[in-house]
Amino acid sequence: MRTIITAVLIFAFWLLLSGHTEPLLIVLGVISSLLTIFLASRMKVIDGESYPIEMLPRLFKYYFFLAKEIVLANLDVIKRILKPGKSISPKVIRLPAKKHSDLSKVIYANSITLTPGTVTMDLANNELQIHALAEEAADDLAMGRMADTIPDDEKSAS
Amino acid sequence: MIVEVLSWTCLLAGGLLGIIGGIGMHRFPDFYTRLHAAGTTDTLCAALFLLGLGLQAGLTLASFKLFLIFAFIFFTSPTASHSLANAAMLGGLKPKLSNSGSSSND
Repeated sequence: MRTIITAVLIFAFWLLLSGHTEPLLIVLGVISSLLTIFLASRMKVIDGESYPIEMLPRLFKYYFFLAKEIVLANLDVIKRILKPGKSISPKVIRLPAKKHSDLSKVIYANSITLTPGTVTMDLANNELQIHALAEEAADDLAMGRMADTIPDDEKSAS
Repeated sequence: MIVEVLSWTCLLAGGLLGIIGGIGMHRFPDFYTRLHAAGTTDTLCAALFLLGLGLQAGLTLASFKLFLIFAFIFFTSPTASHSLANAAMLGGLKPKLSNSGSSSND
């Protein structure tokens, strides 16, 4: 099932990138998509981790939240850059990774890094080590608003 | 006309953000804080540029490809930032921390 969905997505991707609709090229596109799927399944990379299809709706919702956070964090960092005098208070904090699956942990760590003002330095033993540009950003993360919004897929162990 | 104005607003704001990110990279004291300054150019600056260019292109294959560039930046840039920070940490570079006295003299 996942293989079929992946095949359709890969072919749609090919179609959008090439923009060709001639029959011969379509057939070649189908063949190359199938070859890709064949190679991917031989490499055993078509699983819930590389193609988290059942998480997609929740992921989209999460990305809207993340986009808003990124814009707000950007404005904060810009303010700190332009403010004369000392405007930053760097801090290193440790947070529990609260998530079950590896994928969710990675999404969490990546989101923290993607938000300007906070960078994940290390992820080990279910603990994140984070460098924050300002104390406020660190406190905001520690409150766990972002951690609670990230979709977690404890049940989908396919 | 409106699209033109919107797209140029995005492009100019993106350019401005890039300059601000550059200023930040020179102002901030150490490697880790500079990484944060570079983070603004990574995210909002790049997003605004691509949005501006996408508005110029309209609903075509070109704008879809711009969106793909955005998606790839979105997934790869945190990985790059993280590996930089991680390498610096493992290499033993200590971040300059503020003394938690919270009074802002210095």
